[in-house]
Amino acid sequence: MSAPLTASAATAAIAPGAMPATGFWRRALRHRSFVLGAVLSLSVLGAALLSLVWTPWSATDIDIASKLRPPSAAHWLGTDVLGRDIVSLLLVGARSTILVGVIAVGIGLSFGVCLGLVAAARKGWTEELIMRMSDFTFAFPAVLSAIMLAAVAGPGMVTSITAIGIFQIPTFVRVTRGSANAIWAREFVLAARAAGKGSFRITIEHVLPNILSILIVQATIQFALAILAEAALSYLGLGTQPPQPSWGRMLNDAQTLLFQSPMLAVYPGAAIAIAVLGLNLLGDGLRDLLDPRLARER
Amino acid sequence: MSDAPLIEVKDLGVRLNTSRGPAQAVRGVSFALRRGETLGLVGESGCGKSVTALALMGLLPESAVVSGSIRLDGAELVGLPDAAYCKLRGNRISMIFQEPMTALNPMHTIGHQVAEPLRRHTGISAAEAQQEAIALLDRVGLPDAAKRIDAYPHQFSGGQRQRITIAMALACQPDVLIADEPTTALDVTIQGQILDLIASLVEERGMSMILISHDLGVIAENVDRMMVMYGGTVVESGATDAVFRRMGHPYTQGLFRARPRLGARKGTRLKTIAGTVPELADLPAGCTFADRCAIVEARCRAALPAVVDVGAAHGVRCIRTDVSMAAGGSSA
Ligand SMILES: Nc1ncnc2c1ncn2[C@@H]1O[C@H](COP(=O)(O)OP(=O)(O)OP(=O)(O)O)[C@@H](O)[C@H]1O
Ligand SMILES: [Mg+2]
Repeated sequence: MSAPLTASAATAAIAPGAMPATGFWRRALRHRSFVLGAVLSLSVLGAALLSLVWTPWSATDIDIASKLRPPSAAHWLGTDVLGRDIVSLLLVGARSTILVGVIAVGIGLSFGVCLGLVAAARKGWTEELIMRMSDFTFAFPAVLSAIMLAAVAGPGMVTSITAIGIFQIPTFVRVTRGSANAIWAREFVLAARAAGKGSFRITIEHVLPNILSILIVQATIQFALAILAEAALSYLGLGTQPPQPSWGRMLNDAQTLLFQSPMLAVYPGAAIAIAVLGLNLLGDGLRDLLDPRLARER
Repeated sequence: MSDAPLIEVKDLGVRLNTSRGPAQAVRGVSFALRRGETLGLVGESGCGKSVTALALMGLLPESAVVSGSIRLDGAELVGLPDAAYCKLRGNRISMIFQEPMTALNPMHTIGHQVAEPLRRHTGISAAEAQQEAIALLDRVGLPDAAKRIDAYPHQFSGGQRQRITIAMALACQPDVLIADEPTTALDVTIQGQILDLIASLVEERGMSMILISHDLGVIAENVDRMMVMYGGTVVESGATDAVFRRMGHPYTQGLFRARPRLGARKGTRLKTIAGTVPELADLPAGCTFADRCAIVEARCRAALPAVVDVGAAHGVRCIRTDVSMAAGGSSA
């Protein structure tokens, strides 16, 4: 047990005084799915940022006269049924997608991690209560809670963000609690408790830093799920409302013309696929890159 | 050395939830420890040494049921809320663990890990705590302490890490130090150094110590009094030299014969104790050692034997001390 540990400790000591961060980037650039995932994810992010300052056409101006144009020099991917430029719609749609994803994952992450950490630290009936509550929440898919929320508050971006965010909480609760429990069982936590640290300090100083990489990976994957959920909700008309463009709405608009202009459905579909695939690859890559470091220093 | 005991344990019992249902991991453990006194706890793997230590520290899992009484300076610790226990741990009663490779958090510098308890318990400033941590690390013999205070645990060897955990445990000048097999994971040459370090620190600061080991040699050299544990009970206790002079319990005798000896002729086989330690869940009702004992009788299995005094403050939990001490008491 101790022999391989000392051996790896020696390799880890190459960069004295600092966490092996340089090693991380060197390994990251050689990791194929991490690089591909990062490129795809960054291109979606780049599209969203670009749309803030420039789009080829206005994404909201309707020009019925030039509807359903095929790709041309003016409209690179053509126009939709209302004559809007597809490229512009895709660029601005990336913005809604990222906005919904970031806020929804933010909601899920902050509530889920707090609850998971409390469950692991408190144990007993507190843990039981938190886990049962999150099981209960998990039983309602985002679409279902969005329908219920929409019935009360009306459909819209806020509704879909809230519904997706709530739907994400249980997953983060489970992942946090599971990995936090594993840290609580480690000997350095026992040693820290023997030195008089209370459960709050141990959670902040020992548990959270040690599960951070797991949470980062999970958040990346949850981001992909949130994007899918946002597209689904917009498609159903419960999410982003017109005239605000979104990929899910574009799918919805394309549906009636599926046989006439199938490409109208392909473009937003491809955009969603690129974002989801990119995030999943990024998440897998991060898992590979971050976990061995944890394992090595164990 | 005052007469009032610093720690007084009476009839300590611990019930644990094991994979095979609840089991009594420790029962009927009683002892008293005065200021400056050192006590050894010896026994085979799984006999309940660590569980006893964790019970004293209040660090058993939530599901464990502790019975009996543990008093620190007269104040009852059993059933103390965790918040109150936190104020004692590290400050009045501290512990060093067996595995130095895992007892330090890989994500924090060693300086932080040593200075942190100081700041919390004494409320000194970060800079003062840092200075104090350097002094402590120096004292425990960490080379270049001032320079290496910002290094991470993986940059140290096992022996160095154990020195760091000792510094961490001693930071707040506790009254009692529990050392749970502090050298088991280290190689032999380092073992001696670490034990000497602990002994001199204990003496220097007038601390009481409970030293846990499965090595009779370590116990013989380092503590005033000793307790031999088997199957969750203390089968023999007394002053270290008295116990070594006249071993009363067949298990103590077996343990003594089974120790590896320096200078033994090559090929001499160790005399092992026949049988294995019973599983917690199926501990026998009577003497826990009955199944492996050479001089077992029917009445040994009836009930847990009472402690028999075989000398001044030398107790043996055996009803056949007449036979055992006549036969093997003086064997060496
Ligand atoms: N958290 C726990 N849950 C259930 N059973 C436990 C737990 N901790 C210890 N035990 C059991 O209690 C018994 C005593 O364990 P303990 O750790 O005290 O042994 P030990 O004397 O310290 O042995 P070693 O020399 O190997 O450290 C063992 O049978 C062990 O399996
Ligand atoms: Mg142990």
